[in-house]
Amino acid sequence: MLIHIPVILGAVVATLVAQTALAEAANGALLYQRNCAVCHGIKGDGGVGIPLNLKDFLAVASDNYLRATLREGRPGRVMPAFPGLSSGQVSAIIGHLRSWSDTEGPTYPAETLNGQPERGKTLFASHCAACHGDKGQGGVGTGVTFSRPRDAPVEAPALDNPGFQASVSDAMLKATLLRGREGTPMPSIGTLGLDERDADDLVTYLRQLNTATKPEETAAGLEPVIQFESSYDLEQTLENLKQAVVGRNFRVIREQYFEQGLAAAGEENPRRIMLYFCNFAFLDEALAIDPRVGLFLPCRITLVETEQGVQVMSINPKNLSQLFNNQALDKACQQMHDLYEEIMEEATL
Amino acid sequence: MKKYVVMLVLLLSPVLAAEELFMVRSQLSFPEAMTVLQQAIRENGYQVSRVQRIDIGLTRSGYKTDKYRVVFFGKLQEIRKISDQYPELVAYLPLKIAIFAENDETILLSSSFKHLRPFYSSVDLLASFSHWETDIQTILERVRIEE
Repeated sequence: MLIHIPVILGAVVATLVAQTALAEAANGALLYQRNCAVCHGIKGDGGVGIPLNLKDFLAVASDNYLRATLREGRPGRVMPAFPGLSSGQVSAIIGHLRSWSDTEGPTYPAETLNGQPERGKTLFASHCAACHGDKGQGGVGTGVTFSRPRDAPVEAPALDNPGFQASVSDAMLKATLLRGREGTPMPSIGTLGLDERDADDLVTYLRQLNTATKPEETAAGLEPVIQFESSYDLEQTLENLKQAVVGRNFRVIREQYFEQGLAAAGEENPRRIMLYFCNFAFLDEALAIDPRVGLFLPCRITLVETEQGVQVMSINPKNLSQLFNNQALDKACQQMHDLYEEIMEEATL
Repeated sequence: MKKYVVMLVLLLSPVLAAEELFMVRSQLSFPEAMTVLQQAIRENGYQVSRVQRIDIGLTRSGYKTDKYRVVFFGKLQEIRKISDQYPELVAYLPLKIAIFAENDETILLSSSFKHLRPFYSSVDLLASFSHWETDIQTILERVRIEE
């Protein structure tokens, strides 16, 4: 009988997994809560991500656009791709978004608009670049809480993003320009004195933006830990570290045993020490770039004494940054990586 | 038999997506979410070792921010064993969950160990990564569904 247990359970699992998939496909609200709400808000009001419940957005965004957005994401701009969602699940999520509006999603022809890109470039520089960036790279940062005032619902999207360009049709771009997006700083171009011909020129120009993204570094090139061997004993290395930290405008905020809080007081391993430090201006900037940087915080170097000597180590911010899909954060992590290396090198050599 | 039941539960768990970052939004206010988080950590057999108040230092230095903490937690014996075998991994230990307020709601996040996996081949260590990921997601889901 025991031999059959795995087989029976396997069949039960297969059936239940299939039923779960079917049920999930039918429950867009649940899928939205699990996959989208953390950034876009439970009711689509926005947050780390853009608001999705805006009437103008839902009136202009086609199902094809939403579907492609879920599939492509926005490389380097926080929004991940969701390759694991089935097409039924994607449709269910789109259905849930549509429940916030009393109008159906539009459909657009696939035709390419043939405006004058040079004229579009001039119009873009005059009317769009202030928010979307001179090259369509979008606003800086994300996150209601930290990077913008609470009454500003959205950072200007990056129009040069390859995920955006792959998702949006020319006709949808034009419809967005003509309609604007109430509830955001995006006006209808009609209010700017522009007309349909101008919209065609703008769309044609937007299609020529450079969408090249930086080549991704492979994990093999990004060791998870920055590590140095100290020429000094544990106590002297710790003292050196404090001086190096302060010398780079960081403030030492705490030193503690690695096991403190886990082992009973007095029973911690005294040869493993963590040094916490912070530069609050740098932290403030980092939070504006991405409110999720808490996973890097606080800055910390750990000292471990082994039979081989004293090792000094920290996380490699460049390695961890891979998980965040945020190019701006990658740059800050490069800076932090270099600082960690400088501090540890100075303290150990 | 027990291991098959555990497998069944894990396979059907709604929080086991192959994600790189684990993020949830809780409709609880920050203080309530923080309480449930610490409770969930303990319920899953872990001990909170420290709560780092990120917002306090920022505010004292004149920067405007909302409530933002990092909760560190672990199991002493497990962390001792792994840090003895892989001293460099102390940089990633204890485990941590960041928690911050967004208006009346709260966002919690932690990371998977996907970025560490390519560097290690030990079956035991990879199993530890997997069970930490499962536990972290279970903890986060517990806070997410709490009303």
